Amino acid sequence: MASDGSYEPFPIQIKILIAGGFGVGKTTFVGSVSEIKPLTTEETLTAASVGTDSVYGVENKTTTTVAMDFGRISITEKNLVLYLFGTPGQDRFWFMWDELSRGALGAVVLADTRRLQDCFGAVEFFERRDIKFIVALNDFEGGHWYSDDEVRQALALKQHVPLVRCDARDKRSAGEVLIALLESVLATSIVATRT
Amino acid sequence: MTMTGVDEDPDGDPDLFGVRPYAMTDGRTQPSTHLDLMSLVRATGGGMVAPEKLGVEHAQALRLCQSPMSVAEVAAHLRRPVTVAKVLLADLIELGVVIARFPPSESYSDDPSVLRAVIDGLRRIV
Repeated sequence: MASDGSYEPFPIQIKILIAGGFGVGKTTFVGSVSEIKPLTTEETLTAASVGTDSVYGVENKTTTTVAMDFGRISITEKNLVLYLFGTPGQDRFWFMWDELSRGALGAVVLADTRRLQDCFGAVEFFERRDIKFIVALNDFEGGHWYSDDEVRQALALKQHVPLVRCDARDKRSAGEVLIALLESVLATSIVATRT
Repeated sequence: MTMTGVDEDPDGDPDLFGVRPYAMTDGRTQPSTHLDLMSLVRATGGGMVAPEKLGVEHAQALRLCQSPMSVAEVAAHLRRPVTVAKVLLADLIELGVVIARFPPSESYSDDPSVLRAVIDGLRRIV
């Protein structure tokens, strides 16, 4: 790390992904806890940069633009900055997740009980990459109420994956989800160092 | 230097957002330094070029990184695609006016002291 004294030191960066289906409330969630207004940017990608395995040798590159939003939470006294990245919801942007998930501490999979199937892909992605995640049911009004067991069963969630409920519009509620994720990561890390 | 063309037209259209994004990178889509979304950039306060010699977009990008800022944030503030921001920042790095730090490949997921610090920090905030 560069430290030339007269400048603010580079902080420790923590990255958390906010995933889930299109329209499930990812931007709302990021906006509730972020200290800055959620920023949206675009990444323009060519198919050639997307996974050299699958498009190897393809002559005609296709270009696609992906919008992503992110927020920031600074914990200044510890020189920590938490970045929240909302992952693109549409399935066709899966390839973006590789860059986004690199170095991620963990992920929140937001789910809507009216369309649980929309988050199957995210659950599977994180399971396969061994990225710690938590499922947060965003309680939409008018959504049918399912018990935790029913949801776990529907998502085929492993026992160690926490399932919580939240209101993505509420700062405290969204913050609790992040804390629950971190506590679950912490519990795993303590177990890991003991064994 | 690869920066010609950026400020050749000082009387140009003040409506920056009407400019095609890759016009300001001279059509370049590959930054000269690899940068990640999470890479942190920061102005060095030194370098080989006076800020007033920079093009509008480069100067804007430089202003944004007076304190450490992620590439993703710079892009969002510039309201430009990430790739454009990466090209601009890489130019600034080449000029020595900005330095970058790559995000560590470790995620701190097995560092209890960092995890506890984040949890405590969040508890105070939310």
